[in-house]
Amino acid sequence: MNAPVLPARAMAGSTSVEPVLAVAGLRKTFGDREILSGLDFALPPGQSTALIGANGSGKSTLLRCLVRLVEPSSGRIEMLGQDVTALAPRALRRFRAQVGIVWQRHNLVPRLSALSNVVHGVQSRLSGPRAWFQSLAPAEVRAEAMACLSRVGLADRASARVDSLSGGQQQRVAIARMLMQRPVFILADEPDASLDPQTGQEVMELLLGLVRQDGLSLLVISHRLEHTLAYSDRILGLASGRIALDQSTAQATAQALRRFFDHEVTA
Amino acid sequence: MTDTAVPAPPRFRHLGLPGYVGLLVVLTLVVSSLAATAPATDKLARGLARLVSPSGLLTQMFPPDFSRIGPISWKLLETLQMAVAGCFLGLLLAVPFAILATDRLSPHPIVRTLARAIIALFRTVPDLVWAIIFIIIVGLGPAAGVMAIMVDKIGFAGRFFAEAMEETDPGPQDALRAIGASRLGVIVSSVFPACLPSFTATSLFALEKSVRGSAALGLVGAGGIGVDLKVAFDLFNYDEALAIILMMLALVIAVEQGSGWIRRKLI
Repeated sequence: MNAPVLPARAMAGSTSVEPVLAVAGLRKTFGDREILSGLDFALPPGQSTALIGANGSGKSTLLRCLVRLVEPSSGRIEMLGQDVTALAPRALRRFRAQVGIVWQRHNLVPRLSALSNVVHGVQSRLSGPRAWFQSLAPAEVRAEAMACLSRVGLADRASARVDSLSGGQQQRVAIARMLMQRPVFILADEPDASLDPQTGQEVMELLLGLVRQDGLSLLVISHRLEHTLAYSDRILGLASGRIALDQSTAQATAQALRRFFDHEVTA
Repeated sequence: MTDTAVPAPPRFRHLGLPGYVGLLVVLTLVVSSLAATAPATDKLARGLARLVSPSGLLTQMFPPDFSRIGPISWKLLETLQMAVAGCFLGLLLAVPFAILATDRLSPHPIVRTLARAIIALFRTVPDLVWAIIFIIIVGLGPAAGVMAIMVDKIGFAGRFFAEAMEETDPGPQDALRAIGASRLGVIVSSVFPACLPSFTATSLFALEKSVRGSAALGLVGAGGIGVDLKVAFDLFNYDEALAIILMMLALVIAVEQGSGWIRRKLI
């Protein structure tokens, strides 16, 4: 496999703008299997970056390592000005509050209402029963949760149980919960994977809107090449645990990305 | 399309030597246990004949004597109160024990092992033995019965609560952990709502079990209707004993029907 290609654009960006995420020598092994083999890359703030790669290439592991839901084996992760790998449990909790994660399986609490699930997002900065139950939440928290639901177009379904909503609606509730968190950086793990093309597109548009309008940074995994090309500023390709592709989306073509996938799948 | 050339798989899997040895051990255990402990048929026949003879137990039980229905009803109410109080306290305490006993939520493996050992101890020792122990501690009367039911319920519900929590989808918990929620926040916001149907079913079964159990606790002096039942048998008032048994039966059936109705409504 090719040696990691350090992003010329990001490196250039890092001289003028502090990177929102800088990864150096990141390794992760599970037993004898090396999933991530010394990754180096940096992302400037306010950009949408797509992370692509074949199944098993380590994309989801990388995302989990970034917030230490999976502990990295070695290497350094600097995100939002903090050395993530060195954070103590309490500081790690405070750090995680600034990073919103959109999961492939939205991971909502199924028996609760959309509003309850969105209110849970306030646990990034509030604890206790007021953050656990929407019925006990302060008025301003409920108002903010309703505003987040409005933003994703689901204010009228606030009382509906999330397991009664469609897949696309559930994903939007998950995004509303993430907005409630007031994140600075968003990690999205195949948010369009289990959705029909139209709904998947709406979800990706919603995420890109947060980058363009709110100035958030986004690192998104997607297997849909058309989404990768339409909703990112930069593309990172992961293969055999290494960064094998790093280029501006403006320079990328669907054909080149398809070649990357085909090569990785058959390699 | 069918392929008639492919033969059907064998009806039974070949057990192999260890399988046959295991089967033989189980059969030997069952046959030797029956031979050692099961009553002889002639002895059983003589006993049954004695039961229905003019001076036999069954003959003397009929008709049941309801002349003391007032005092017996009060004792029955005390039995129900013992069951409700003991069950409530037991269920309440079972929750923290169950949390500490789960793989995912326990703070430390040693704590988990300890919690599991305590739950196993509470479950293994029969409630009658607990009643005798608590009679020594708090003296004769319903307080000992309540304590015995409480401990028994910690063992019973603790195990089922822990199993229900283990079986929950870890996704919503990971999502809340990633938001920065505290351990308690994750449990209350995500685990409890997911376990609610299972918790409700277990709690209602625990109540039924408590009512049945509390009637027997009086036999060793731990309060409730069991005391009256023992006295009736000791004084050979078999007709009164039958009246007590019938009233206990009515109470147990009422509680079972009530809990069944609640289960259908809530789950």
